[in-house]
Amino acid sequence: MLTTGTIIFGVFALVVIASALGMLLSRNAIYAALFLVLNFATVAVLYLILGAPFIALVQITVYAGSIMVLFLFVIMLLGAEKLPAGEPLGHHRWIALLFGLVFLAELALFLVYRAGMRAAVNTPPLEFGSPAAVGMSLFQKYALPFEITGFILVVATVGAILLTRGEGFKGRKRTLEIQSQDK
Amino acid sequence: MDGYPLFSLVPWTVFLPVIGLLLNLLVGKRLGEKGIGLIASLASGLAFVVSVLLAIALKGHPEAVTIPLAEWITVGEFNLSWAFRVDTLSVTMMLIVTGVGTLIHLYATGYMHNDVRHNGDPERYRRFFVFFNLFIVAMLILVSADNYLMLFVGWEGVGLCSYLLIGFWFEKGADGIGNARAAKKAFIVNRIGDFGLLIAIFLLFWNFGTLEFDGIFAKAAQAAPALLLAITLFMLLGVTGKSAQLPLYVWLPDAMAGPTPVSALIHAATMVTAGVYLVARSSPLYIQAPAAQMTVAWVGALTALLAATIAIGQYDIKKVLAYSTISQLGFMVAAVGMGAFVAGMFHLATHAFFKALLFLAAGSVILGMEHGEEHAAQGHSPGSHELDPQDMRNMGGLQGRMRTTFWVYLVGALALAGIAPLAGFFSKDEILAAAFQQTPAIFVLLIISAFFTAFYMGRQLFLVFFGKARSAAAEHARENPAIITVPLIILAVLSVLGGALNLPGVYTLEHWLEKSLAHVPKVEFTAWVALLSLAVALAGLFLAWLVYSQRRMPFKDTDPLARYLGGLFTAVYNKWWVDELYQAVIVRPYRRLAEFLAQPVDVGLIDGIANGLGSVSRSIAEQLRRFENGYVRSYALTILVGVAVIMAFLLFR
Amino acid sequence: MIPIEYFVGLSIIMFVSGITGVLLRRNALVVFMSLELMFNAANLLFVTFAAYYQLLAGQLFVFFVMTVAAAEVAVGLALMVEIFKTKKSIDIDQMNSMKG
Repeated sequence: MLTTGTIIFGVFALVVIASALGMLLSRNAIYAALFLVLNFATVAVLYLILGAPFIALVQITVYAGSIMVLFLFVIMLLGAEKLPAGEPLGHHRWIALLFGLVFLAELALFLVYRAGMRAAVNTPPLEFGSPAAVGMSLFQKYALPFEITGFILVVATVGAILLTRGEGFKGRKRTLEIQSQDK
Repeated sequence: MDGYPLFSLVPWTVFLPVIGLLLNLLVGKRLGEKGIGLIASLASGLAFVVSVLLAIALKGHPEAVTIPLAEWITVGEFNLSWAFRVDTLSVTMMLIVTGVGTLIHLYATGYMHNDVRHNGDPERYRRFFVFFNLFIVAMLILVSADNYLMLFVGWEGVGLCSYLLIGFWFEKGADGIGNARAAKKAFIVNRIGDFGLLIAIFLLFWNFGTLEFDGIFAKAAQAAPALLLAITLFMLLGVTGKSAQLPLYVWLPDAMAGPTPVSALIHAATMVTAGVYLVARSSPLYIQAPAAQMTVAWVGALTALLAATIAIGQYDIKKVLAYSTISQLGFMVAAVGMGAFVAGMFHLATHAFFKALLFLAAGSVILGMEHGEEHAAQGHSPGSHELDPQDMRNMGGLQGRMRTTFWVYLVGALALAGIAPLAGFFSKDEILAAAFQQTPAIFVLLIISAFFTAFYMGRQLFLVFFGKARSAAAEHARENPAIITVPLIILAVLSVLGGALNLPGVYTLEHWLEKSLAHVPKVEFTAWVALLSLAVALAGLFLAWLVYSQRRMPFKDTDPLARYLGGLFTAVYNKWWVDELYQAVIVRPYRRLAEFLAQPVDVGLIDGIANGLGSVSRSIAEQLRRFENGYVRSYALTILVGVAVIMAFLLFR
Repeated sequence: MIPIEYFVGLSIIMFVSGITGVLLRRNALVVFMSLELMFNAANLLFVTFAAYYQLLAGQLFVFFVMTVAAAEVAVGLALMVEIFKTKKSIDIDQMNSMKG
């Protein structure tokens, strides 16, 4: 039953799957990151189909934007695009693939069992999931979780700064000295 | 309680010694010996004054009064308060404990002054009086308790003080641990008895739901006879421990390792009579269990006889008195066992007087001997310091050099032997009369014991005070100062007049005590029993004179009695080998069992299990550590496997 | 009018891809990216069911997941940089000091 909606969905779904596999298979970490950007952007389109414009835009700005930029930045900083080939764990790859497939099969089976039990997803009305509605809910009902999330972000920022600050930090220097003495 | 404000003074009998001991504990170091002795004696003396006030109050209001002090244990329905019981029985005990205790405190201030110097550690003067006051505290808690648990607290407290004071010179004695060993023996043997008392208390609580005396005695008549028998017999085990009766008497002779005032106060006058007090206090229970009463009486009578025979063969002046104490305690226990509670309490009181007197006088003799020894050592070689100042074979002829001590000792010995107008005559006669009315067999045992009593006291008198001095120390012995002799004289007066407490025909003590004792049978004064006991006592003394008069004991190493009795004397001298018997029958198999449990069972089995578990988990871990290969991806894979398995379970269940 | 199973199936595929990436890739940064992919799979489900039940809570939850994920990425990448400083590599197999 091919409707316009399903065709559009199918196209985007293919892009999602392809970009995911591309990320998975590319040797170069830069390519992997770029595939992931594509993936996130496509998922954002799916969010739009599902009537979540605010989330879709957050996905693009936060995920595909800042987070992936951070990734790329670190990759370039460390010069870690490529690793020397080789697999130290001989059987690991095949066992991992096997169980990955088993897991996939189980989830698929689950989906098949439940297939047709639910109605299709209708595109919700326009005001559902609009930035205004999300904002109202976020600042009224979910004010406290929102604040806590903000706090977590601050803690993470401070933590990241502390972790990467390195030599400039006195206390850290001392612990490093102690460590080198131990050696 | 209203209108009798004097009764509410009763907690002060305990508080005063507590204050005394705290003062000595905290500031005693700065006070010096005079201050320490004064505080300790004053604490005890004031407690005596309070006891006298209580006795006066009881005269107008003879019924028992309970003075609650504080809530103690509240568990669910069960409620126990820290309460003092004031009745004629407890006040009698308080008077004896604090009265005799105060005299002994006074005596100890002088005695310990010499003793700590003789033993070379004057710092312990303070410690002695702290322990002494602590003992008074515990003893008063014991006698003034209103329930069995509080009584048990006091009971354990006096046991602890006994332990501390027997081992007062813990680094002295045979092999440097002799005293410590004696203290340990007393403690352990007492624990066996306390275990019995504890079981009795558990049974009481279990069946009556309360531990208060009144509550239990009210329900005693309805209780099952077998139950009462069990309770009273377990209680008897406690009595045999604390009051040194068969089969647990063995600790008391060793307890003489403590300083002499300790022997007088704890191991003659007060603590060891706690068992007698316990039976008298529990009289409503014992009256309901005639079989238990009979057992108590027989235990007492047999102990009286056995200990009296052993006393004949001892050379240590304090050991003789120790066995004599056991024997006299046997008299008391036999009396309370036969239901003659008043006779038992009467003998308890008079015995407290004259036995404390004898011990203190013996201490005075020992001090005199030690002084003579030091005096003799000055002129001669220092090697003569090895002399044992407590061995009667080293004494002799002290009557001339220690006149006061001799006279008070004579009074005490005659009182103990039961010579007519002295205290011991009346109390012992009352027990004998009761035994004659109740159980003739016990009467026979007791009258034989009375004969032996007179004999060994006569032997002691002749060995110590008459004849010629058998050592240089005895030659140079010297009378002690007034602080030691004055308490002796007071006690001697009490020993003479103590019989007046319960003169036949007047029965002051009996009328006094019948307010708090259940169903006291009247003991009639029987003239010919009295005459018989007097005759037996005189015969014993006379026999002692025949055997030990001066001509027959010229040298120190031969006891003329050994010549007449031969092997029997050896047996008596070795205390019928009871200690060795216990060693062989109980201690050694116990050790062997312990060794068995230690070696094959503990090291082999228990350790084997523990070590086996250890090595099993070690080898399992040895296998499991392969999974810990340090590769994060492996760990992630493990997680995935787990998730897949759980999913499979959810899908296919 | 797209059947809900389509979205769920897509989410499953994304999730399993993420798992496979975590298990197979040795580059710690790619492993991290695979984790993000798994987050996205979960987020997609949230949004799908939010639309299905017409409940805004699902979308808001995605919002919170995103912010916490951002925090996690910040700390995680900082850790990566630190590890690189000592190990001179971001090969995840080099991080095996927990070996028993």
